[in-house]
Amino acid sequence: MVQGISFAYAPLPPEVESLRSDVRRFLHEASKDGLLAPSAEGGAVRFNRDFSRRLAAKGWIGMTWPRIYGGHERSHLERFIVNEELLFAGAPLTAHFTADRQSGPMLLKYASEDIKRDILPRICAGECTFSIGMSEPGSGSDLFAASSKAVPDGNGWRLSGRKVWTSTAHLADYMIGIFRTAPATRENRRHGLSQFLVDLSAEGISVNPIRYPSGDHHFNEVVLDDAFVPGDHLLGERDMAWRQATSELAYERSGPERFLETIAVLVELVRILGETPDRYAAIGLGRLIAGLQTLRHMSVAVAGMLARGLEPATEASVVKDLGTAWEQALPAIARDLAEGVGEPEARLRFEHALARAILIAPKLTIQGGTTEILRGIIARGLGLR
Amino acid sequence: MVADRLIADTTARIFADLAEPRTVNAAHDDAWKVEVWRALVDAGLPLLWVPEEAGGIGASFVEGLAALEAAGAKACAVPLAETMAGAWLLARAGLNVPTKRLALLLPGLRLNAAGRLWGQAAAAPFASSAECLVGIVEDADGVAHVVLVERPSQMECSEDLAGDERGSARFDGTLPVVGATLSREVGRRDLLLLSAAARAALMAGALDALVEMSVGYAQERQAFGRTISKFQAVQHLLARLAGEAAAASVAAQAAGWALDRAEGPLAYALFDVAAAKVRVGEAAGVGAAIAHQVHGAIGFTAEHVLHRFTHRLWSWRDDYGSETFWAEELGRHVAAAGVDGFWGRLTGNPEPASRSVGLEI
Repeated sequence: MVQGISFAYAPLPPEVESLRSDVRRFLHEASKDGLLAPSAEGGAVRFNRDFSRRLAAKGWIGMTWPRIYGGHERSHLERFIVNEELLFAGAPLTAHFTADRQSGPMLLKYASEDIKRDILPRICAGECTFSIGMSEPGSGSDLFAASSKAVPDGNGWRLSGRKVWTSTAHLADYMIGIFRTAPATRENRRHGLSQFLVDLSAEGISVNPIRYPSGDHHFNEVVLDDAFVPGDHLLGERDMAWRQATSELAYERSGPERFLETIAVLVELVRILGETPDRYAAIGLGRLIAGLQTLRHMSVAVAGMLARGLEPATEASVVKDLGTAWEQALPAIARDLAEGVGEPEARLRFEHALARAILIAPKLTIQGGTTEILRGIIARGLGLR
Repeated sequence: MVADRLIADTTARIFADLAEPRTVNAAHDDAWKVEVWRALVDAGLPLLWVPEEAGGIGASFVEGLAALEAAGAKACAVPLAETMAGAWLLARAGLNVPTKRLALLLPGLRLNAAGRLWGQAAAAPFASSAECLVGIVEDADGVAHVVLVERPSQMECSEDLAGDERGSARFDGTLPVVGATLSREVGRRDLLLLSAAARAALMAGALDALVEMSVGYAQERQAFGRTISKFQAVQHLLARLAGEAAAASVAAQAAGWALDRAEGPLAYALFDVAAAKVRVGEAAGVGAAIAHQVHGAIGFTAEHVLHRFTHRLWSWRDDYGSETFWAEELGRHVAAAGVDGFWGRLTGNPEPASRSVGLEI
């Protein structure tokens, strides 16, 4: 395969696949106990501490982490299956998802022993929520334009500035954010940013909602006004956050959450089309399924690379680019195929799922790295920059 | 486990030595096809999917498809995929496998009570130049048979978009060389499924080659005082091309794994094979268009090698079921599984899954 981009695929091994049935049984129970219930506002309850605790009790948070930190030393492939089944079920994952996917692995790699022993077991217990403090009013895709500052103070640091679009910060315990510890150099404009672990309950930090057009509250503004963090909350190497971010992206961008956020549309489409759709609908549905199945296989391939200790950042960008493009196109295709089909009750369910997907679709190719940024990364992987 | 690359590497070397697209594009005749075919036969590659005890290599479907991906990366213009699939079918049916260039008998034929072949088969790739034709044909009672026939003298010959030969065979009571009733181990559509997977692998290889060529060209070609690879618009085109090639490669690999895991008839692999043919066919369309856009006018000449790949991609996506054909198959398969079954089909685990619903009705 071409320079820098390689997708060696192998299917999930049968011994790993057997976990899938356990997850489905778990979800049946959770559903019976009302943990998959719809929320008053119509969307699934995304943040549910009880659900995360119950998941933790099964050992399905921090699955791949060392036991000494509360992890379970299972493979990335097993994590893939648990994740995929939970996402398909529309389970509320927000209370632990970011911590499990990327903050925990960052801490494992770059945090002090004390921090690891303090925080990681709490994540694994489903008791600890993380958010990510990257974007600022003047710094979005251009991450390295960040101007929030960290200034040394005694045995710690003082943080000041504003972070925006910080999902879940109003419910989170911690944020891992980037702060400027030195000016960029002439040779490297990415130089001078450091990653910090920030306790969001610290003095000098306020979290304000920024609402979606729908009125939903996921985004926040996090204002830091001389907030103190201890010295060991600097993660990894000072001024070198740009290098550390790369491995984080391999985790952040390749998972099935990149194409399953609005999977309810496809489920409801299958429901209203019924068991014998007309030829037009069958062809359209088949094309959607072919795209989805290929994305699943690509995501498995990346999980396999992570399991082998690789850092497939470029491949992860490919999965996110294709995955979000597929999912963004899904509502328009579903809308077309479903025209004039279905009983009133099934139609109502479909139209509800469709409405949510249409309203959410634009953000899919923005969050976690825009399409344009991803294609730049892929181009770099191809040796073009 | 990642499959052994040895067979694919051997295939790549043979094509690089004897059928390098740049070389054969300038050739005045087809003598090179004889050479490359002989080398492929010497290496045993046409019999990759024939068990060792039947005189073949006994390679897995994954390994065989990887070999075809390597062949596709050199714009394969010989019936390697057809012979591999046909030989597999003969061996699977317990018949002797001849060392001949094979092509497939596509629908349009029937066997009469005396076991003679009648009718006109749909045009098949390489059928007009193959030595023998192989396929699955029904008799008057609806019983399916595997048959091998000499290529008939009566052929309607044509060419595909790349100029590769194809032909429609006509039979008026021809007696097959050999035949066997279909066993329970073989499905009526196994040959079509395997051939579709093989085309997906060839296309995935060709798309890989398009990425390499297009990236290389963009890094050489100067415009506005720099190489065009420095323009973001071009970089994004190439990133999309690379994404389509990656999707194609993974889809083709997954089809191979599904075929290897199918016990008995290959129809058990329908889901992943159909998905691969659809997705890779889509990638072929998008990828060929991007590669031409990046190459500009020089890519639209007989002299440049690009057309050897893009013209084959446009043909291969139609062979053995287009995207539309397989999408309909896949769509019907998923719809039949219903809302409680379709996730089980995707994941290969039929146990029902629960879901939260967005709205209580």
